[in-house]
Amino acid sequence: MTEKEKSKIMFVMRKAPHGSIYAYEGLEAILIMGAFEQEISVVFIDDGVFALKKEQDTKALGVKEFSKTFAVLEDYDITNIYIDRESLEQRGLSADDLVIPVKVMEAGEIAKIMEEQHVLLPF
Amino acid sequence: MKFGILIQEGPYNHEAADSAYNFVKAALERGHTIQGIFFYNDGVINVTKLMDPPQDDRHIAKRWSELGAKGIDIVVCIAAAKRRGINNDVIVPNVRISGLGQLTEIAIKCDRLITFGAG
Repeated sequence: MTEKEKSKIMFVMRKAPHGSIYAYEGLEAILIMGAFEQEISVVFIDDGVFALKKEQDTKALGVKEFSKTFAVLEDYDITNIYIDRESLEQRGLSADDLVIPVKVMEAGEIAKIMEEQHVLLPF
Repeated sequence: MKFGILIQEGPYNHEAADSAYNFVKAALERGHTIQGIFFYNDGVINVTKLMDPPQDDRHIAKRWSELGAKGIDIVVCIAAAKRRGINNDVIVPNVRISGLGQLTEIAIKCDRLITFGAG
């Protein structure tokens, strides 16, 4: 990777954190790509918003509870983290219910940010 | 145009692998370039040589291997592969196991990254 300009790469998290592996392996991909000094952003839409919900308890599922790992995104300088307002509200959630601070956005604003991206990675 | 390809679903269970293969073939026929093909999530199962479908069905792993033989870089995510029992002993020729850094490189260098599956 010799390109000097950073690429804009956005992770689009649409799936619930448990029930399928997309959210978890999506997070793994974010953490690896975060080390490559590109312009990474993350947006949570649809059931993807549940990944950030506080006080998850996965003991009965027997799977790893990884919501707290999202807190390290800041250490990777990934600070452009967005969440779709309508998706949150439809699920009875607000920004106060989330494990990390995120920018609550309207769908139209998110669409504009998506248009600026070089690459979108859906999970 | 330089296309990057990301495949997130396993073979047979989901159409993603077939759609991706058809897309790559069509793109090459039209003179486009494939920057690389990256398998993530259950997509890593696409390249196991242990698959042995009935003779009247397509052999998905063999198709990828044939594309790889033409010089297209086909990369399988090591973390996703380890989870699913895919390693160098079981992959078809002309594909390689590497890290997500390779997806990053494909994503940066391509004009368009096309994802098959998930979404």
